[in-house]
Amino acid sequence: MASGVKPRVKVPKSASAGEVIIIKTLISHKMESGQRKDADGNVIPRSIINRFTAEFNGEMVIDVNLEPAISTNPYFEFEAVVPESGDFTFTWYDDDGDVYTETKSISVG
Amino acid sequence: MNVTRRQTLAIGLGAAAAAALPFGAMAATEDDIAAFTGGAEVGEGGITLTAPEIAENGNTVPIEVNAPGATAIVVLAAGNPNPGVVTFNFGPLAASQSASTRIRLAGTQDVIAIAKMADGSFVQASQSVKVTIGGCGG
Repeated sequence: MASGVKPRVKVPKSASAGEVIIIKTLISHKMESGQRKDADGNVIPRSIINRFTAEFNGEMVIDVNLEPAISTNPYFEFEAVVPESGDFTFTWYDDDGDVYTETKSISVG
Repeated sequence: MNVTRRQTLAIGLGAAAAAALPFGAMAATEDDIAAFTGGAEVGEGGITLTAPEIAENGNTVPIEVNAPGATAIVVLAAGNPNPGVVTFNFGPLAASQSASTRIRLAGTQDVIAIAKMADGSFVQASQSVKVTIGGCGG
């Protein structure tokens, strides 16, 4: 597991049915591009998060494929519709096979 | 100024090498575009790519893409060692086909966004970004 990986997500706590909300996500990750060299001239191997998904009650909101050209601490901002109360599940897939997840509930009322 | 035969050769070789570099990168970009569109014609309009004109730090360049009615948007940086940057696939609960993120740019170049519309057509937008400090290598 890559060290110091911490997902952070901003989702409103409540919304009205069918409302459009803005979701901001950030995960701390060094996103080593595989292009850099260390002091001895050896290439530092690639180590990035290659996929990010956001789902609401199992339905897809956004599915993102990341390449090494995404900055350190990948940040995404997007909009989602909230039809009912439920949970947003955010998943990040690391190159080394690790999966990081974060869940946020939202209530409609 | 006297230019010997040897010098002429050296100059010619240098120029050829310099010309070959960006050409290789452009070919990779075209390959990536073809892989996404399947060779279909790419139109204009219906997609907005927002990127700064001048980015001081190529390590984090904020960009935003917006293409109403798109199912997927791919972002390419033609001047990077690998042109692929990011692909957004929008699901049924995406309120708008827009997203923002931060990307790395190796140097001053064009950033290209191509959207796949729900009807299977493709549109693209591009913007040139001046980069003061490159975001690759180092």
